[in-house]
Amino acid sequence: MADQASILPALPEIFLGVMSMLLLLYGVFRGDSGTRFLSWFAILVLIATAVGVIVLTPPGGHHLLFSDLFITDSFAVFLKVLVLAASALAIAMSIRYNEREGVARFEFPILCMLATLGMMMMVSANNLISLYLGLELQSLALYVVAAFRRDSIKSTEAGLKYFVLGALSSGMLLYGSSMVYGFAGSTGFTELAAHFHQVGGASIGVIVGIVFVVAGLAFKVAAFPFHMWTPDVYEGAPTPVTAFFAAAPKLAAMGLFLRVMVGPFGDLTASWQQIIWLISVGSMILGSLAAINQRNIKRLLAYSSIGHVGFALVGLASGTPEGVRSVLIYMAIYIVMTIGSFCVVLSMQRNGRMVEEISDLAGLSKTHPMMALAMGIFMFSMAGIPPLAGFFGKLYVFLAAIEAGQVALAVIGVLSSVVAAYYYLRIVKVMYFDDTGEVLDRGVGRDMVLIQTVTGVLTALFFLYPGPLLSSADAAVKSLTGG
Amino acid sequence: MQDWPLLTILLLVPLAGVGFVLAVRGEGEIANRNIRYGALWASMVNFALSLLVWVGFDPRNPGFQFVEKRDWFALPGGYTLSYHLGVDGISIFFVLLSTLLTLICVIASWQAITERVREYMIAFLVLEIFMIGTFCALDLVTFYIFFEGVLIPMFLIIGVWGGPRRVYSAFKFFLFTLAGSVLMLLAIFAIYYETKTTNMVELFALVKTKGLDPDLQKWLWLAFFASFAVKVPMWPVHTWLPDAHVEAPTAGSVILAGVLLKMGGYGFIRLSLPLFPDASVFFTPLVYTLSAVAIVYTSLVALAQEDMKKLIAYSSVAHMGYVTIGIFTGTQQGLEGAMIQMLSHGVVSAALFLCVGVVYDREHSRLIAHYGGLVNRMPHYAFVFMVFMLASVGLPGTSGFVGEVLVLIGAFQVNTWVALFVASGMVLGAAYMLWLYRRVIFGKMVKDYLAGILDLSVREKLVFAPLILLVLWMGIYPMSFLNPMSDSIRNLLQGYKQAAALAAPAPVRLVAGE
Repeated sequence: MADQASILPALPEIFLGVMSMLLLLYGVFRGDSGTRFLSWFAILVLIATAVGVIVLTPPGGHHLLFSDLFITDSFAVFLKVLVLAASALAIAMSIRYNEREGVARFEFPILCMLATLGMMMMVSANNLISLYLGLELQSLALYVVAAFRRDSIKSTEAGLKYFVLGALSSGMLLYGSSMVYGFAGSTGFTELAAHFHQVGGASIGVIVGIVFVVAGLAFKVAAFPFHMWTPDVYEGAPTPVTAFFAAAPKLAAMGLFLRVMVGPFGDLTASWQQIIWLISVGSMILGSLAAINQRNIKRLLAYSSIGHVGFALVGLASGTPEGVRSVLIYMAIYIVMTIGSFCVVLSMQRNGRMVEEISDLAGLSKTHPMMALAMGIFMFSMAGIPPLAGFFGKLYVFLAAIEAGQVALAVIGVLSSVVAAYYYLRIVKVMYFDDTGEVLDRGVGRDMVLIQTVTGVLTALFFLYPGPLLSSADAAVKSLTGG
Repeated sequence: MQDWPLLTILLLVPLAGVGFVLAVRGEGEIANRNIRYGALWASMVNFALSLLVWVGFDPRNPGFQFVEKRDWFALPGGYTLSYHLGVDGISIFFVLLSTLLTLICVIASWQAITERVREYMIAFLVLEIFMIGTFCALDLVTFYIFFEGVLIPMFLIIGVWGGPRRVYSAFKFFLFTLAGSVLMLLAIFAIYYETKTTNMVELFALVKTKGLDPDLQKWLWLAFFASFAVKVPMWPVHTWLPDAHVEAPTAGSVILAGVLLKMGGYGFIRLSLPLFPDASVFFTPLVYTLSAVAIVYTSLVALAQEDMKKLIAYSSVAHMGYVTIGIFTGTQQGLEGAMIQMLSHGVVSAALFLCVGVVYDREHSRLIAHYGGLVNRMPHYAFVFMVFMLASVGLPGTSGFVGEVLVLIGAFQVNTWVALFVASGMVLGAAYMLWLYRRVIFGKMVKDYLAGILDLSVREKLVFAPLILLVLWMGIYPMSFLNPMSDSIRNLLQGYKQAAALAAPAPVRLVAGE
């Protein structure tokens, strides 16, 4: 077919790649003084890419490019738009911070763009090779940004830790891929799916391969038992980087997770379901218990993100299209809440210095009522209290679990959400019940207020008009499962 | 009037109040006064509107009235969740109770709350929205959303404006209730997959003809029970209640005792009985046991309390024990009694907490030992307190009597032993309430610091007057309340008995027929 040869659907990625090169050149010539312009320009590029993704993707069905290495479908579009939006917001949140902390280097927005390009590649991968390429492009860029504050020991340590463990997980993923290739004879998702459909089961070698692939992917989404890096990296990395880590890469990795499990291994659901079940339950329980004693808010959010990944994986563990849809809905809502709460964390400064202890929020409701309200909304929402958005995310994953007959999973899930509610409430308590300690700075910038307001309103009023998210997630799943 | 979306308006008026309160500029006394008036107007208008619903309500129609239905969003499986509201003879009174008590809370907090008035009033108005929504919702998911949403404002009310141990109490309240209700959510999903609907009207019709699988019913019943039992609260999951009551500000206790506890009872009547008739029959002994223990045990505990609020809190647990017994008798009188008992308790316990609030505002102590001989300085207060104390004891002529007698009649029909425990609870109730009254009100005024204590102000009298009127009205002419509800209850029980009969082994018939 003519449009298969055309590179039109891949144009957004090409555009993003070319633009990041150009911006890199600009940065090299202008030096760090052009960082602010460069950052805003990068945001514009990301927005333009998102528009391109929506406009250029031909409606309906899926389109394969580059010898079937690359696929675009509604699923990819759904995730790409969210990833691009999350990256753009993360860059926007970083500008002032980096300037204030004296680390406003021009490489930062460019690395974020390159990481985003890797993520887009990840969600569009239709082959184990292109999957790995996307994943590595993303990871390498992220290793660097994690260690971005290179004169800070913590940041360097975070970068190194992330790099070593990330390399290990990439190795596992690659090893798993080679096992799958060796036993199934192909790396293409389409061929693999056809092969397993025909064989109707998996040999032990393929199972081992899948286990390694899952381990690699679980590392990328920071799920139990491959979560160890998360708290340290979240705490050590500069806060805007943490905000970036918590949102876009997680989404892309989750998208990849879904595509791999449902696509090539779709016929082996019974084989991998138990693994996902265990990962999901472990993440939920660990996320809810380990966060209880945290004092640093970034660490707390790290454990909370592990828990959220566990909740999202409940949908995948159900092994049904409904489950996949619920993961998408959950992740989309999670992204909004996460960006919002990191925006609040980024606004926590005292005398121009960042503070990140939970106790620093004491009495926030008296000194910064709107910020406290926003954070309160995010916390109640993450705890899954209706009518906030987080509740609907949980509603869909547990609905899928009950539909699939995974009652035990659902019961463990809701009970750990009750435990998790404790530490979310603790933040509300510190903000609303405790007496004001030292007052935090006011006037952290209009852009921050804007992001907090938008994400807060989206979270609080999601229930009024959930239609668009639900229907686009629906379309995404249909294109993935071909149903 | 029936074609106006009155129930939605009931939800929107408090929201408009929130908008107004948020829009009030500035800090300080003038802003606070405007905020208070804004909240007062919103709650007053809403109360008037709810009276309008009552006037327009047709007591001869046992079904749902003022029904509103709009599509909301689709659940997997093709069913469209709807925003579906309506009231019948059971829920309408809870709506009235919610609007009345919110209004009273706003007035009662006029002077007691001086800090963060804005947030306080917002919390109460938001709470009102969720309470009304819970009682009007005709869709299980909508019901759950309102039911659970209540936690957020209540958590803040206890935690921000509460006493010294407010943080502990607020957490305990929140986590207990949440732990109970998440299981209900899963049960709702299970119902959805079993029946492909979450619409209560459709579900009731479905259960009448077909019924859910009895084994599944038992699990679902237990999940719902976990939620409602914590809310009611039943022994042994009642322990959050005394803490929450003691630490909450007066108005918080009023709403907590007046309306939030009723959500549990309402849930039993509205959902557990009609949806899971077989399981309800099966678990009745469990409910009886827990309720009987609650009545006797908490009454004894109440006798030993030194804190007035705690005493009333324990008495609430005992009184709600009558309610759960009444509900699970499955008889017309039992349910009517449970309903009247809930309404009566809603008014009486709210009023009793307000009574404690009156002296607390003056003396900043809730200890019984702190007071004594108040009748000498506060004769009006002594009278008001007496009326509610006697209503709580169940003196004939007050609302408490009607409820307790009906519950007793219902209980006697099914189980004499249970009736015995109910009756013993009434005796114990009289003991702790009368003793409390004697220690606080009567006797010589020997404590010098009480010599200057002032009697009720006009504002306080204004708060108590409608409550006294209601208590006497319900006690002397309960028919105005029983009439509208009796048909709805009959309707509900008819389905219940029908379904229970269907589940029972069918008698051998000579002629098969419909």
